[in-house]
Amino acid sequence: MAAVQLVAIGASWGGLQAVECVLGALPADFGAAIVVAQHRQAREDHNDRLTSLLDGRCELVVREAEDKQALRPGVVLLAPADYHLLVEPGEVALSVDAPVNFSRPSIDILLRSAADAYGDRVAGVVLTGANADGAEGLARIAARGGAAIVQDPDTAVRREMPDAALATTPAARVAALEEIGPLLVELVRSGARTG
Amino acid sequence: MAVRVNFAPVHDDDDARERLEMDLLLEAIQRRYGYDFRGYATASLRRRLWHRVYGENLETLSGLQERILHQPPAMERLLRDLSINVTEMFRDPGFYRSLRERVFPLLRTHPFIRVWNAGCSTGEESYSLAIALREEGLLERTRIYATDIDSEALARASAGTFPLERMQRYTENYLRAGGTEAFSSYYVADGDSARFDPSLVDGIVLAQHNLVTDGSFNEFHLIVCRNVMIYFGSALQEDVLQLFGDSMSRFGILALGRKESIRRSRHAEEYEPLDEAEKIFRRRI
Repeated sequence: MAAVQLVAIGASWGGLQAVECVLGALPADFGAAIVVAQHRQAREDHNDRLTSLLDGRCELVVREAEDKQALRPGVVLLAPADYHLLVEPGEVALSVDAPVNFSRPSIDILLRSAADAYGDRVAGVVLTGANADGAEGLARIAARGGAAIVQDPDTAVRREMPDAALATTPAARVAALEEIGPLLVELVRSGARTG
Repeated sequence: MAVRVNFAPVHDDDDARERLEMDLLLEAIQRRYGYDFRGYATASLRRRLWHRVYGENLETLSGLQERILHQPPAMERLLRDLSINVTEMFRDPGFYRSLRERVFPLLRTHPFIRVWNAGCSTGEESYSLAIALREEGLLERTRIYATDIDSEALARASAGTFPLERMQRYTENYLRAGGTEAFSSYYVADGDSARFDPSLVDGIVLAQHNLVTDGSFNEFHLIVCRNVMIYFGSALQEDVLQLFGDSMSRFGILALGRKESIRRSRHAEEYEPLDEAEKIFRRRI
């Protein structure tokens, strides 16, 4: 399989702890770039609190994405509140298109653009949430030969989002929350060795 | 936008074909209609093009190309999809506070103030600027040139009516933006619409202008272009920053969206930050 160069993560209700758990398991020399869409209130985070919180709690560098910021291994770019985050080859782009299913950032938009730009070199991860965002995008990642990973619904604060992702992508790997970080490490390493 | 789940595997060959179809479509639009979207950022552009493919009940980007070449109204619908930027009044209240605190005092020194609101869409931002300028006593000597690629968006901006249901959110934004009046004093309810004080639009010149293909048309003390260039690729962003530089008076001020940056631009050295967080820059010359 191809080396995973990009990890795209979507999370909603209960997602902060879940994202922290996944990122916290990744080493500082993690070999892939990471993009994250976490649903949150537009108002609550204008001072990038979520970003500094995560940055302080994991070894990777965590930043709120700026438009056309470069994707770099070991650097996590978070979708800013009230923007969609999209992946372009080698960089990210932002959009203020209308919310999709009441969400901006939209996880579907992030995952789909990651699939379009990185094909089989992307790993998509759908974590806890109380809606169906990410299900369409994860299916797109799988269709393009990328790795699809879904948090075990039984370990999720809210299982609706993982359940929806498994409905569109039945072949996705199901992993308990604390297994997802190590799985990503393995995917990046094994791909790098054989790809 | 429509969600379609395609479970079929996508192969590199499909990718190559889609890229070719997209290139040909954009080429066709440019040659037939003069609108040049070739420098736009790919991901959003692709999303909007496919939205129109589905909207026309078509299957492929090639199908859309045939449709727009033979049916100009379809091109107008596509243009709307490609150009409408969703915005709101006093989006990012901190930006408007910064305008009042750091930018307006500089503008105040000019006997006549020219502002360019580039990519104004349906006018929410232009009206917000007009209200803020009025409350600082500057609107009477200010002209806001509000431009957009989309003539229909400009017509809506000109009407000065916005959905009444949004007024609660706009009122919250306005208060957090440092508004000094009752926001409701700026509009009257008219059915489902809020009709804004026509005297606000007196200071606004609405004009069609395409940032990609049209040139400089005046010299401005302040250029506000928020969340417009995020839809452009890096090369096109450089061209537009050049256009803004060419359209600025001495020590002109450039205001971008909160998550836009000129750091990576070759024009970065031409500006110094007035407010780093709100992405407000002042030209060094």
